[in-house]
Amino acid sequence: MAELLIKNGIVFDPINGVKGEKMDICIKDGKVVESVSSEARVIDASGCIVMPGGVDAHTHVAGGKVNAGRLLRPEDGRKGLEPRTGVCRACSGYSVPNTFATGYRYAKMGYTFLMEPAMPPLKARHMHEELMDTPIVDKAGMPLLDNNWMTLQYAKSGDVEKLAAYIAWMINATKGYGVKIVNPGGTEAWGWRKNCGLEDPVPYFDVTPAEIIKALAEANERLSLPHSIHLHANRLGQPGNYETTLKTYDLVKGTKPSRKRQVMHATHVQFHSYGGTNWGNFESKADEIAKYVDQHEHVTIDLGAVMLGDTTTMTADGPMEYNLYLLTGRKWTNCDVELETGSGITPFLYSGKVAVNTIQWAIGMELALLVKDPWKVVLTTDHPNGGPFITYPILISLLMSRKRREEVMKEVHSVINERALLPTIERELDWYEVAVMTRGTPAKILGLHEHGKGHLGVGADADVAIYEISPEETDAGKIQKALLNAKYTIKGGEVVVKDGEVVAVPEGRTFYVDVRYEDEAVWKEMLSDLEKMFKEYYTVSLANYPVQDDYVPKPYVIKAGAAE
Amino acid sequence: MPTVTDVVCPLCGCLCDDIRVEVEGNAVKKVRGACAVGRAKILGHGRLKSPLLREGDELKECSYEEAIKRAAEILAAARRPLLYGWSCTVCETHKVGILLAEVLGGVIDNTASVCHGPTVQAVQGVGLPTCTLGEVKNRADLVIFWGANPVEAHGNHMRRYSYLTKGWFRPEGKKDRKLVVVDVRESRTARMADIFIRVEPNKDYLVLAALRAIVNGFADVVPESVGGVPKERLVELAEMMKTAQFGIIFFGMGLTQSRYKHNNIEQAISLVRDLYAFTKFAIMPMRGHYNVTGFNQVCTWQTGFPFAVDLARGYAWYNPGETAANDVLSRKECDAALIVASDPAAHFPAECVKHLAKIPLVVIDPYPSPTTEIADVVIPSAVCGVEAEGTAYRMDKVPLRLRKLVETEFLTDEEILERLLDEVLKIKGLQ
Repeated sequence: MAELLIKNGIVFDPINGVKGEKMDICIKDGKVVESVSSEARVIDASGCIVMPGGVDAHTHVAGGKVNAGRLLRPEDGRKGLEPRTGVCRACSGYSVPNTFATGYRYAKMGYTFLMEPAMPPLKARHMHEELMDTPIVDKAGMPLLDNNWMTLQYAKSGDVEKLAAYIAWMINATKGYGVKIVNPGGTEAWGWRKNCGLEDPVPYFDVTPAEIIKALAEANERLSLPHSIHLHANRLGQPGNYETTLKTYDLVKGTKPSRKRQVMHATHVQFHSYGGTNWGNFESKADEIAKYVDQHEHVTIDLGAVMLGDTTTMTADGPMEYNLYLLTGRKWTNCDVELETGSGITPFLYSGKVAVNTIQWAIGMELALLVKDPWKVVLTTDHPNGGPFITYPILISLLMSRKRREEVMKEVHSVINERALLPTIERELDWYEVAVMTRGTPAKILGLHEHGKGHLGVGADADVAIYEISPEETDAGKIQKALLNAKYTIKGGEVVVKDGEVVAVPEGRTFYVDVRYEDEAVWKEMLSDLEKMFKEYYTVSLANYPVQDDYVPKPYVIKAGAAE
Repeated sequence: MPTVTDVVCPLCGCLCDDIRVEVEGNAVKKVRGACAVGRAKILGHGRLKSPLLREGDELKECSYEEAIKRAAEILAAARRPLLYGWSCTVCETHKVGILLAEVLGGVIDNTASVCHGPTVQAVQGVGLPTCTLGEVKNRADLVIFWGANPVEAHGNHMRRYSYLTKGWFRPEGKKDRKLVVVDVRESRTARMADIFIRVEPNKDYLVLAALRAIVNGFADVVPESVGGVPKERLVELAEMMKTAQFGIIFFGMGLTQSRYKHNNIEQAISLVRDLYAFTKFAIMPMRGHYNVTGFNQVCTWQTGFPFAVDLARGYAWYNPGETAANDVLSRKECDAALIVASDPAAHFPAECVKHLAKIPLVVIDPYPSPTTEIADVVIPSAVCGVEAEGTAYRMDKVPLRLRKLVETEFLTDEEILERLLDEVLKIKGLQ
């Protein structure tokens, strides 16, 4: 494969401690190397910022729920129509783009890895079909494993060993990456139109969400998976939920990590940082959450920031979406998945004229700015829940420019001065911190830095973003523009974006974890429980359940547990 | 005799995946566990034997190469080609088909446009509170079939998923459930029901609206009889719905293709949404062909829209009523057509079939049909789920992989489409 030499760029590579140094990056055979020959194609990055390809640790881009969102919203599809070109397929959609647009638009922003965080195991095949059709970027998906009847039973009996065996089976069967938890217990309760708080027993299963979370964290570490549990906590979106959030983090304080990383990644924390007791006195508690995160090593977060505008909300948290639908009266889709999970979808307009939305908008940014250590924070909008991923450049420009924040704060609801913290925050992120939150931290949290992602050290994947902007530039508009359309994006050593246009569309790889659980006696007992579930309660047979190799034509396999 | 177990049946939207098939000498000998229609399909029947080209009034045998070349010439020369069908083939075929439609700038549509298209339109208006079939099996204590007759159309549905089956919270199967059937005639399904409500034809909308009024506390505005149903029966049904622990409405073409079409479905879905004020409820279309759902899924993630997609502008334009197969046919707008795995000549309005017969027509299908009779090029293909593997989506959007049970000389739909695409790209100078 051709050699590449990226010359004279200002490089931000946080994992390797590079903080804005003028240096060259050498690329050969898809990897970063020490040096290249004189034959190498030279890319002049003078006056440009060079970073590793972006890693999105939490973005709903593929699978049954995302597709139900597209189907629900032809009006959103119309927003992003782009004709077929000599290189690209036809594109559609804004908050729910088609799979092709997802790949192209992320690549244009310099992102090269996506984590789909909510795969219903029964529909794993669907997620993989869509990932296959998402060009350029590498990707992975995490199966939902918290409301599964097998999990509920093992968590109740406290059988962490069998739970670990079951998780290993499911991750292999779904060709998944890690353990996703969404409103543990609450989604099962939604099967009866109910919901669960952290200490409420799940109907008929007599186990609490707190017990489920603890058991899954233990089992996750028992298997030594690359990623920790990935948690969407109970009571998402409810006023006063920050106390539940902090209690949830405390549950796994004593869990011993099996790798050098957190034991819980708490996702879209903006939605979990609310004070007040009702919508009338709703307020930000981002400071309480930030304080906790700074004081503890066992938990990391991603923002789930809200960007003002129309979007499509979607989550496995069925009851939450129903409540949102009751608030707006707009259209609403729900799909409960047998023995496993659920999902809900409803459109939502975050309006700066609405007090609650304004506070939500502030909280996402407050979290990014109040947590002192950027190695604990990943920049996300929980695409498309807080806003479509295409708004990342806006979010980053706001975080980097207090001037821009002040301009927008003048336009939004005045409640921002009373029940949010943003007006009191002076901090502006610099390019290094942005690189940490969009490259270094997500790669490390997911355990991907050991597999060539999120950095530019020798041996790393040659995934590179080059933005045409000076590190001294402070104009928010220019920052936004540079981030939206990279000067170059290089994926696996191939130039895929040039001057903001997609110029090549290689297939991306699908990463998945091959995990082995070694105690044969426990494995057999778990299998016998599982066989009974399939024989009596599932509507597909055990033999037809696991995802075949046909659905990961370009695999990258990470071994874990006894397979490591 | 070697038995293949856990075979997925490629007949209807149930995708039963517990079929056992005995294979000997590269032939299917016995099929167990399937319904009568599914069994007949897997056992096989009258096939197209060879590719065919029209010469005057006759279809004459030819080679695959000749047929595909002629098909490519027809499609590449067309200004407004229609690519229709897709519901009896696997998703891998759909992907090539959608790419071909993009390259041609054609209109692509599937059979949903004449069955559950109105359902899709209703969902786009109000959403769809639904579930997978196992939720019904394990939880449902009230099962309602509305304008659907699974006993005859989805042979194993009640046994595997909905009524007779036992589940975690319904260990006694049908004893733990109530069955309600709403239909314009007393179907075989209706004869099994605890309650059968006969609605006058084309009055479903009124009955659904009356039920919504009752559920929402406005029984006083409901007249004594609605659509031929006495008010007290509707009050009784509304009460059953409100007090069920988990209720489900399965609806069929009796609701989608009778008068008021998508408005009926919007009412039915809205009724389910209203019931969430009281209890858990879900609603699900009884999808017919085994992979009609799959096409809508693939088309949605690839183009952004589920069916009736016009790619003439280079991007996807979706507007059923303007861009569905019968729209472009009835306006006599399309000047060539590719039909894959479907038989529009037997199901479309006469004026549309007449136009289809007039224009150059390419058909890919394992079987002869009225559509192959009027075709100019006929390309036989392997039977998915028997001779070819691939992905199909069950009516509840659960994807399963169909198996290959026997070897065949026939090319698969996917292979034919890929060759066709190659030829078209060559003609257009794009390769």
